[in-house]
Amino acid sequence: MATTGQERIIQPRVSDIRKILDKQSNGASSLLAVLEDIQHQYRFLPRDALIMVSERIPVPLSRVYSVATFYNAFSLKPRGRHCFQVCTGTACHVRGATLVINRLETLLGIETGETSDDLEYTLETVNCLGACALGPIVVTEQGYDGMMTISKVDKLMRRVHSLGSENADAGKPAQVDAAATDTAPPA
Amino acid sequence: MIALTIDGKEIEVETGRTLLEAARENGIHIPTLCYHEALKPYGGCRMCVVELETPRGPRVVASCTYPVEDGAVVHTETDQIGQLRKVAAQLLMARAGHTPFIQELAASVGVDSTPYTLPTDSCVLCSRCVRACQEIVGIGAISMANRGSDRVVAPPFSISSADCIECATCVQVCPTDAITLKLITDRNRTVHVWPSEFARGACRLCEYHADEWMDVGAQEQTVHG
Repeated sequence: MATTGQERIIQPRVSDIRKILDKQSNGASSLLAVLEDIQHQYRFLPRDALIMVSERIPVPLSRVYSVATFYNAFSLKPRGRHCFQVCTGTACHVRGATLVINRLETLLGIETGETSDDLEYTLETVNCLGACALGPIVVTEQGYDGMMTISKVDKLMRRVHSLGSENADAGKPAQVDAAATDTAPPA
Repeated sequence: MIALTIDGKEIEVETGRTLLEAARENGIHIPTLCYHEALKPYGGCRMCVVELETPRGPRVVASCTYPVEDGAVVHTETDQIGQLRKVAAQLLMARAGHTPFIQELAASVGVDSTPYTLPTDSCVLCSRCVRACQEIVGIGAISMANRGSDRVVAPPFSISSADCIECATCVQVCPTDAITLKLITDRNRTVHVWPSEFARGACRLCEYHADEWMDVGAQEQTVHG
């Protein structure tokens, strides 16, 4: 599967994680804040980072893992620079969310819940965004796009794509180093 | 001391006890699943629900977590309580109806079959093993992972935990035998259902060491206490 390769490419830098941990000094209660910062920096929670967290703050690794897997805001798998969230709540579903998802899957070449190999795009579904009158609704970093149709998906895709090429370096993970695949991941 | 009434029986207990403890000390039976004498109350299984009389009418509470109150009037066997326990037992039967413990527990509240269908699993997520590992052993090698219907007991990343000292306390407290102990060779064994061999370590609490423990008879190997 592509994911394992992606995980190996993104190695958390010890100094980066240390910096995040240094900002928080409330012991066990800073766990969520630390995880949020790591998620923000890497767009997922690298395994080694979680181990480093449990070594620094007085929380067993099992508890860190428990928290990391509980919240939807955290991901243990690498996520793309651009994320498409398609609402599949009842109203959006009835108004054609399935068509929107199919179109996005075709355009991106990935299934729902997957991330493209180049770590550019992630496609996922959410259950209800509370904007049922605007369904089907898609969320990107561009904001909320309601009343989606297949042609509007194509337009949105072009917009997100052009945004990606403008500031290609701005949102990249802290370290994406092809050479890192040759070195064994730290224990 | 605190005076309260359970099932019409006037009882005196120390401050800080729970309704369940007060009832059991006085010979009143309340069925439980996730409760274990050696662990902090969890309030997860809802088998121990009782009815508490309040000025605003009867209130259902989990007796294992509810502290005793002066003048409290508690009923453990009302129609509503019976119904709630039955539903809880039916749900447990749907998931782990093949385990003797759950069958006995369900039978004790008059349930022998279930109208529900759930994926079968010996683990009923009572969290006894997770709490035992944290509270008794002080290690915390396993925890609950994921949420909702995906919730499972797992070591970090679902691979063998480096923190586990293979004391098998989790095996001991598991009511449904969902966690089993396997001897791989004379010197290596694996606790839990995850394929792994654990490095030996010492228990921080009782100074038990796996090396010594391995020398006792095979019959005793499933018991650590």
